[in-house]
Amino acid sequence: MKLSLAATLALVAAPVLASEGEYMPPVTHDATKAECSECHMAYPAGFLPQRSWTAIMTTLDDHFGENATLDEVSRAEIEAYLVQNAADAGGRSSGLLYRVSPDETPLRISEMPWFRSEHDGEVSSRRLQKAGSMSNCAACHRGADRGIFED
Amino acid sequence: MKHTLILLTALMAQPVLAQDTSPQALIEQYSAAAGAAASPENGQALFMATHSGGKPDTPSCTTCHSADPTKGGQARTGKPIDPLSPTANPERFTDTKFVEKWFGRNCNSVLGRDCSAQEKADIIAWLVSL
Ligand code: HEC
Ligand code: HEC
Ligand code: HEC
Repeated sequence: MKLSLAATLALVAAPVLASEGEYMPPVTHDATKAECSECHMAYPAGFLPQRSWTAIMTTLDDHFGENATLDEVSRAEIEAYLVQNAADAGGRSSGLLYRVSPDETPLRISEMPWFRSEHDGEVSSRRLQKAGSMSNCAACHRGADRGIFED
Repeated sequence: MKHTLILLTALMAQPVLAQDTSPQALIEQYSAAAGAAASPENGQALFMATHSGGKPDTPSCTTCHSADPTKGGQARTGKPIDPLSPTANPERFTDTKFVEKWFGRNCNSVLGRDCSAQEKADIIAWLVSL
């Protein structure tokens, strides 16, 4: 009984991802929304595991080739929010971590195996050129800010 | 108690700029700290130059703000950036914390170091002269 409850909870808690990834809860934390949307959309926490957010939030002085440093109070608060809502928060297992081994720390959503399998071959070079970068989710997914990633 | 909390959340949900300063006040403050008058010419030179001390993908302020800061620019992610010159965009240089955060980040990305008070005064003086 106890076990099946845990299993149900795990299912409910898991981000919807079998038709997976069509919806990913958007960032609801004010500081994260403000500080992480200045150069690109604020990526939903559920797309990366906890260790990835920790790595990103402790290397902001060299953030994908830019300096994105924050004051320590905001930095710590944002890291806590992202870690609490990560793909594997609370020991959850997520389909998004498919083929990511536990000793790997992906820094890009756009390089995770699930992402590659959804996008490689699906995106025309013209569309990518227009978007500028695979990191520019909102260029192709107009509902991205609301968490909607279906075509 | 609960009410205060709701109010606080409502306030925080809207990231409004603090509007605690002005371009002129910042120029005065930075030149006072530097002990010399601001030079728009030096500001322009610094802004337009290609530097080599910073990160390889961001050799110049113009990389993102374009060579005409009365027009918009573009971040490396494709996200548009509003004009940097207060002549074209009155919201610029009106929030001390925001200005300091971005001078901190961008000077380090482009020059590999912080900008001095003199350099900040020079750059703002040039931007308001456009
Ligand atoms: C100063 C600009 C800037 C700020 C501020 C910024 N980023 Fe970034 N971020 C970038 C750039 C540039 C890239 C690389 C984009 C590319 O390759 O097209 C990036 C990429 C990313 C990626 C990888 C995207 C992918 O390809 O999957 C993540 C995750 C990320 N940022 C998280 C954050 C978080 C969390 C914050 C807030 C603490 C933040 N960023 C704030 C500039 C910024
Ligand atoms: C250049 C265009 C483009 C960019 C940029 C892009 N995508 Fe996609 N994405 C697509 C296409 C095309 C598909 C496949 C559509 C489909 O199968 O419905 C897709 C599929 C997806 C799916 C699966 C949706 C489903 O129906 O199961 C997710 C999730 C997703 N993208 C997330 C992202 C995220 C997150 C980013 C940014 C880090 C991103 N995408 C950037 C074009 C893009
Ligand atoms: C990698 C892209 C990039 C480069 C290079 C860059 N900036 Fe910026 N800058 C931004 C972004 C993004 C913002 C914040 C978004 C916005 O305010 O529209 C910003 C904001 C600013 C602000 C805040 C102004 C205000 O009050 O609103 C100042 C000042 C500034 N930049 C100065 C500079 C200077 C000086 C340089 C060159 C040393 C430079 N930037 C180089 C991307 C860049």
